[in-house]
Amino acid sequence: MSEPPRPVSTLFEKVWNRQVVKEESEDSPAILYIDLQLVHEVTSPQAFDELKRRGLKVRRPDRCLATIDHSTPTTPPDAEGNRHYVTQQAKAQVDMLHANCAEHGIELHSWDSVNRGIVHVMGPEMGATQPGMTIVCGDSHTATHGAFGALAFGIGTTEVGHVLATQCLLQHKPKTLGIRIEGELGPGVTAKDVILHVIGAIGVNGGTGSVIEYHGSTVRAMDMESRMTMCNMSIECGARAGMVAPDERTFEYLEGRQMAPKGEDWVRAVEDWKTLKTDPGAKFDRLVDINAADIQPSITWGINPGMVIAIDDRIPSGDDAASSEALEYMQLEGGEKLSGEPVDVVFIGSCTNSRMSDLRAAASIMKGRKVATGTRTLVVAGSELTRQAAEAEGLDRIFIEAGAEWREPGCSMCLAMNGDSANPGDLVVSTSNRNFKGRQGPGVRTLLASPLTAAASAIRGRVTNPCELMGAAS
Amino acid sequence: MSQGNVIESRTFVLAQDNIDTDQIIPGHFLTTTEREGLGRFCFHGWRFAGDGSEKPDHPLKDYRPGRHEVLVSGNNFGCGSSREHAPWALLDFGFKAVISSRFADIFRSNSLKNGLLPITVENHVADFLLANPEQLVRIDIETRKLAIDGFGEFEFPLDPFSAYCLTRGIDQLDFILQNGPEIFAYEQRTGK
Repeated sequence: MSEPPRPVSTLFEKVWNRQVVKEESEDSPAILYIDLQLVHEVTSPQAFDELKRRGLKVRRPDRCLATIDHSTPTTPPDAEGNRHYVTQQAKAQVDMLHANCAEHGIELHSWDSVNRGIVHVMGPEMGATQPGMTIVCGDSHTATHGAFGALAFGIGTTEVGHVLATQCLLQHKPKTLGIRIEGELGPGVTAKDVILHVIGAIGVNGGTGSVIEYHGSTVRAMDMESRMTMCNMSIECGARAGMVAPDERTFEYLEGRQMAPKGEDWVRAVEDWKTLKTDPGAKFDRLVDINAADIQPSITWGINPGMVIAIDDRIPSGDDAASSEALEYMQLEGGEKLSGEPVDVVFIGSCTNSRMSDLRAAASIMKGRKVATGTRTLVVAGSELTRQAAEAEGLDRIFIEAGAEWREPGCSMCLAMNGDSANPGDLVVSTSNRNFKGRQGPGVRTLLASPLTAAASAIRGRVTNPCELMGAAS
Repeated sequence: MSQGNVIESRTFVLAQDNIDTDQIIPGHFLTTTEREGLGRFCFHGWRFAGDGSEKPDHPLKDYRPGRHEVLVSGNNFGCGSSREHAPWALLDFGFKAVISSRFADIFRSNSLKNGLLPITVENHVADFLLANPEQLVRIDIETRKLAIDGFGEFEFPLDPFSAYCLTRGIDQLDFILQNGPEIFAYEQRTGK
C-alpha cells in the first residue's frame, strides 16, 4: 500500500493553521489567536475606553507590549527635564497610554526605558517578534515583523479592543502572493530599492487581499534588517502582510535577545521554527518573479509609493488624470530627470529605515563630508537602543559633523504628527514609507528612497544616485 | 432619506484613484483620544489652506450634508494607514456609504465595524457613477442591492457575517466573547 501524498502548504498557511481557535464557516470568519499585540499611544485610547465602557479587562496583558512613538517629540528634554510636545493634546495622548497600561498591567516602554522606540523597531530588538507568531498592532506597518516568519498585520482601533479583550480576531483567510526575487543586487541597491521596485511592478493595489511571501536567492542573502525594510512596505502595495521564511540568519538575530526563548526552550523553538517554510510543490494563489539585476537605486516621483523610477531615469510623462494630479502636486515635469532636482530637506528614519544598518549606510556616505547648504537633514534612530549603539560606534559624530540633526527616537517626520514637519512646497528626500500628499506637512513634496540615496542627496543638496558618492570620500 | 437598512441618497463624486487615509484625515489630527467630532478634519488638506481659510473651488465645496450620504470614489479607496479615524471622520462628515471598484483591506474592515458601508462595484458601474455625479441611488444592506436610478440594479459583495452584524446591530466583540471557552481551550492545548 502506498502512503497518501503528504499535503503541502505555504509558510502563511502553516502559521495561520496553528493560530485558528475556530475555523471559518459559511456564517462567520475564523477566530484567530493573536500571540502578541504591540500598542502605541495613537490607536489605542478609544480601544481602552471601549473596554472600560463594557467593564472588560485585558485578557492577556502578558501578550501586550506598549511604547510611545508617534506623538512624541524627538528633541531632548529641557534643563528641567520637560519634554516639549507639539500640543497639549499630544502630551495628553501619551499620558493616557501610561494610565491605561498601569491600569491593565501592560508592559510599557516609555521615556525611562532603553527599549523605547518605534514600535516596529522595538519588537524585533527585544526578541518579542518570533517566527510563527501572529502579531498585530494598530498600525499598518506591522507587516515589518513578517521578516521573522511571523504573520503580522495592522488593524483598526476597534480590533485593537477585540484583541485586548479576547486575544483574538475575526479574520477571513487571505490569499497568498509569492514574490520571488532572484539574483544579486547591484552596487547602491538596497532592500528599500527592492521593495520600491516591487510596488512599482505590481501597483499600489497589487497585493490587496493577500499575504505576500518574499522568497528567492536575493531574499535569502538579505540580513534581518533588510528583510524588515522589505516586509515593512508590503502594505504599500495593499497586502495584508509580508513574510519571509525564518532561517539561520533569523535565529542568529534572535538568540540571546531579552524576550527570546532561553536554554532548552531555545533549542526546541528553533527546531519548530525550522519547519516554517513553504513546502516544495506548495502553490501561491499568484506568483510574481522579480529579477534583482533589473533593480536600480529607486526613488518615487509622485504621490503614492507605486509612482517610482530608477533614480537616473526620466519621470514618466503620462497624461492620465493620476499622473497629471501627481505632477501638478509635485511641481515636476514628465519627461524630465529627477536626479539633480534641488532638495530642501532630507529625513533618515522611520520604521522602514531607522535601524543600525540604515544608519551605517547613511554614515558611510556622509563621513568626512558636509551636508549641502540649505538642505536641512534629520537623522532619527528607530529606538533608544539603536541610538545608543549608533553613538557607541561614533555614527552620531559623523552626522553632526556633516551638519545633520541627530535626534531622539520616534516616528518623527514620517507622518509629521509630532511637529517634525517640513514647510509647504519643500522637496523632501525621505527614507520613510509614504509619499502621500501632505504626509510630511501640508504642501510638502516627498520622494521616497533608501538611506544611501537620502544621504547622497543631503550631501549634494540635489537628488543624487548614491553610486556617485560611494567608495572614497571626496 | 435613509432608514434602517436602506440608504437613499444622491451620490457625491471624488473621482481620483488611490485616495489614501492621509487625505481622508491628515496625520496631525490623530493626537485625539476621542472618536467623535472628526468630520471637521475630513479631507482637511483639500478643503483648507495652511492659514485655516477655506480654499475656493475645493473638491468638496458642493457637498451638502443630508443630500449626499453616498460617496463615489476611484479605485483603491482608503489605501494607506490603519487609522480608524478615517471611517470615523467620513461618518461624522455625513457619509453612510462609499462606492468604489476596490477598497483597501484595512479601511474596508474598519468601515464595516463602524457602519460605514463599503460597496465594491464592477468597473462599468464605477465608471458610470464617476462620470455622472448626483445620481439617485438606493442601497439595501439586507438584500445587498445597489439600485442606480435609470441605470440599473446591482448586487454588491458583503460577507454574510458583516451583513448579519450590520442589519441586526450585532457587536463583533460580543460574538468573540461568546467563544470564551474555545479560546481558553486553545490556550490550554497550545500552552499559550
